[in-house]
Amino acid sequence: MENLDNFRSEVKAWLDDNCPPSMRTGADPKIPHDEVWGGRKAEYKNPESKIWLDRMGEKGWTMPTVPKEYGGGGLSKEEVKILNEEMFLIGAKTPLLSFGIWMLAPVLLEYGTEEQKKEHLPKIIKGEIRWCQGYSEPGSGSDLASLATKAEDKGEHFLVNGQKVWTSYADKADWIFALVRTGPLEPKHDGISFLLIDMETQGVSTKPITLISGKSPFCETFFDDVEVPKENIVGELNAGWTIAKKLLQHERTFISNFGLAAAAGSKKDLVTIAKKHFGEDAGKIGNSFFRTEVADHKIKEHAFGLTLKRAGDEGGKASAVASMFKYYGTEHNKKRHELMISAMGKDGVAWDGDEFDQEDKNLTRSWLRTKGNSLEGGTSEVQLNVISKRVLGLPS
Amino acid sequence: MKLVLNEEQQFLKDTAKNFAEERTPINHFRSLRDAKDSLLWDKEIWDEMVKLGWAGILVPEEYGGSDFGITGMSVVLQECGKTLTPSPLLATAVLGAYAIKEFGTDEQKSKYLPLIASGEITTAVAFDESSHHDISLTELSAVETEGNFVLNGSKKLVIDGSSADVLIVLGRTSGSKGEMAGLSLFILESHADGISRVKLDMADSRNYANIEFNDVVVSSDALLGSQEAGGEAMDHILDIGRIAISAEMLGNSEAAFSTTIDYLKERKQFGVLIGTFQALQHRAAEMFCEIELTKSSVMAAMQGADENSNQLQVLASLAKSISGDTLHLVSNEAIQMHGGIGVTDEYDLGFFLKRARVTEQIFGSVNFHKERYANLSGF
Repeated sequence: MENLDNFRSEVKAWLDDNCPPSMRTGADPKIPHDEVWGGRKAEYKNPESKIWLDRMGEKGWTMPTVPKEYGGGGLSKEEVKILNEEMFLIGAKTPLLSFGIWMLAPVLLEYGTEEQKKEHLPKIIKGEIRWCQGYSEPGSGSDLASLATKAEDKGEHFLVNGQKVWTSYADKADWIFALVRTGPLEPKHDGISFLLIDMETQGVSTKPITLISGKSPFCETFFDDVEVPKENIVGELNAGWTIAKKLLQHERTFISNFGLAAAAGSKKDLVTIAKKHFGEDAGKIGNSFFRTEVADHKIKEHAFGLTLKRAGDEGGKASAVASMFKYYGTEHNKKRHELMISAMGKDGVAWDGDEFDQEDKNLTRSWLRTKGNSLEGGTSEVQLNVISKRVLGLPS
Repeated sequence: MKLVLNEEQQFLKDTAKNFAEERTPINHFRSLRDAKDSLLWDKEIWDEMVKLGWAGILVPEEYGGSDFGITGMSVVLQECGKTLTPSPLLATAVLGAYAIKEFGTDEQKSKYLPLIASGEITTAVAFDESSHHDISLTELSAVETEGNFVLNGSKKLVIDGSSADVLIVLGRTSGSKGEMAGLSLFILESHADGISRVKLDMADSRNYANIEFNDVVVSSDALLGSQEAGGEAMDHILDIGRIAISAEMLGNSEAAFSTTIDYLKERKQFGVLIGTFQALQHRAAEMFCEIELTKSSVMAAMQGADENSNQLQVLASLAKSISGDTLHLVSNEAIQMHGGIGVTDEYDLGFFLKRARVTEQIFGSVNFHKERYANLSGF
C-alpha cells in the first residue's frame, strides 16, 4: 500500500512537471487540436503534442504494462490504475493513437521472437513507427481465409505479390502487418502467414479510396515483387490464421465501442437533436411516434453499455463475446445515425454549401460512414456465424 | 457497482439451481396444473424453501430473516424461473416482506415479518384495478370514519390473491382517479368481513385472484406507511417487484433458449441437423445477444436496489422492459424453431409462452416501462 502511495505521489509530480498545459483539460481553445498517430510522416499542428508524446513514450507509459526491456512502463495493474486516475484528474490527453498499440503489440508479445519484440515494441511505444493492417483483399472480404497475396520463399527473403484493400491509413503508415499466402497447396486456413513489411521497401504502393461519405482513411495497398526478410514472419510458417483470429478479437472489441453514444445533452445526442427538430411538449420529444423509437433505442444503448461493463467486471473473458459486442455495437450505431438523420427531417442529409451548419454536414458524413461499421472487422453476418458456432456450439 | 455476484449471492444461486433441477423440474409445475391444484404451488416444497431461508431473504435478521438483499432474492427467482417453479416467493418473500420491512411500523414488523420468514403466513399485494397497470387509476375508496377506514372497490389479477393470509391493499383516501396523490396502503387479514375472492384460471396456471372489498372496516393501525403517501410507497415496492420478476423472466428466457439450442443440435431434416441452417443460426445468435443484454440490465437493477441507487426507478424500468421484450422474442422463436412439437401440450415450451404473456403485463408492460424510462430520462 505504502509503495502504491509513493507511486501515486511520483506520478502526480511527474505529470505536473511533464504534461504540457495544452495537453490538459482547460487548455486554450485556440491551440489547434492534434490527433496524434505518430510515425515518420507525422505532422504536429501543436508542438506540445510532440513533446507530450516523447515524454510519455520515454517513460513507456503509452503501454504501461509492457516490460521495460521492450520499452514499456513495466507497471503493475494497480500502478496502471493509479496512472490512469492521475491522468484523468488533470484531464490529460491520450498521447498516442496507434494500431501498433491496439493490435500488433499484443500479438508480438504473445507470438513474437525476442528479436522482434526488442526491434518493434519500443518504436510502437514511442510512436516512432506507425503501423497499418493488411487483411482484406478485393476477392477476400468475409471469406478472409481465401486471401491470395502470396509470399514466395526465395531462400534469403520472401517475394510478396498481391493487393490489399481497406487498409486504414496505409498512406500515412510506415509499416504494415499483413496476412500472406505462404502455403498455396495447403488447405486455405493452413497456408497463411503473418508478415511484417516495411512500406518503404521497393514495390509497395498505396492509393486512397473515396467512400460514399466523401472521404475516408482507407486505401488500397499494392505489393509488386516486394522483398521481405525471412525474419519478419511472426509465429510459425503457415500458422498465421490463429494470430489473425486473435487479432480480430482486439479489433472487434475496439470497433464495438462505436456503439456508445455521445453524452446526454451534447449537440450530437439523439435526444437533443430530436427535441430541436420536433420541438418539446412538457419536456417530451414533440412527436410521440418518434419518441417511442428513441426510448427503445436508449434502453438498448443503456443495456449495451451495462453489458460492456459487465464483461469488464467479469474479467474480460472475451473471445467469442467480442463478436457480440462488434455485432450489437455497430448495428446500434447505424440505427442511432438513422434516427438522428430522420429526426432532422429536411435538414438531415445536407451535403455542402453555406445554407447548412457544418455540424449538420458532418453528421451526414458520419451517418454514411456508419454503414461501413458493420462491414469492417468482419460483417455482422460473420459475427453472427461466430456466435452461433463458437458460443452456442451449433453444427457446421 | 460491480456487475458480478458476490460469494454469498453465487451460493444462493447455485443452491436454487440445484433445488429447481432436483426438486421442481418442469414436471412439478405440470402436475400441479394437471391436478387443477387450488394453490398452484406445493406446501411441502414451500416448507423446504422456507427451511433454506428463502422466505426471509429480504427480512432483517432481528425479525428472523437473513437480510441477504434483493440480488440474493432475485437470483433465486431467476433459477426458479428456469423450471417454472411455483411458490409464494414473489408475492410473499418479495412484495409482502419488502413492503412491511420498508414501510411498516415497529408493531407491524414484529407482527408480520417473523411469520413471513418462518413460512407461517403468505401475503398478497393488491393494486391494479383495470386492464392495464397504472396505480394512479386506483378507485378503491378508503373512507375515514371514526378512526377507522372503510374500504370499497375491487382489485384485479392479484398474485397469490386466492390463498394469501394477509393482504396489502392500495386504496384512495382522497383525490380522484388519475392522481398519484391521495393514495394509502393498508394491511389486513384476508378473511376480514366484506372481502370476497374469486380465483382466476389464467393461461399460465399461476395463483391469481380478483378481490372485492365491500364495506371492509379496518382500524387506522392497518395503515402501512403514511396516509396519502401510498402512491409513492407502492411504486417503490413495485420497483423491487419489477426487478425480481425481471430476474424470473430472465430465467424463463434462458431455459426456453437453451432448450431450443439443444433441439437445433439433435433434430434432423433434409438429412442434416437443422442447427446447420444459417437462417436458424443467426436468429439464435441474435437471441443470445438479447439475453446477454437482459442479464446485464437485471444485474444492474438488482445491484442498484441493494445499493439504494438514486437510479432505481430507471433501472427497474430498464430491466422490466428489456426482460419483457426478450422473453416475448424468445418464447415465440423457441416455438417456431421447434416446429410442430413446440405447439403440443405434451412439450413444455408452451408453458413458457403462456407464462411470458401474463408476466409481460404484471407490474407494467414493456410499453408502460418504455414510457416511464423516457419520462425519467428527460425526454
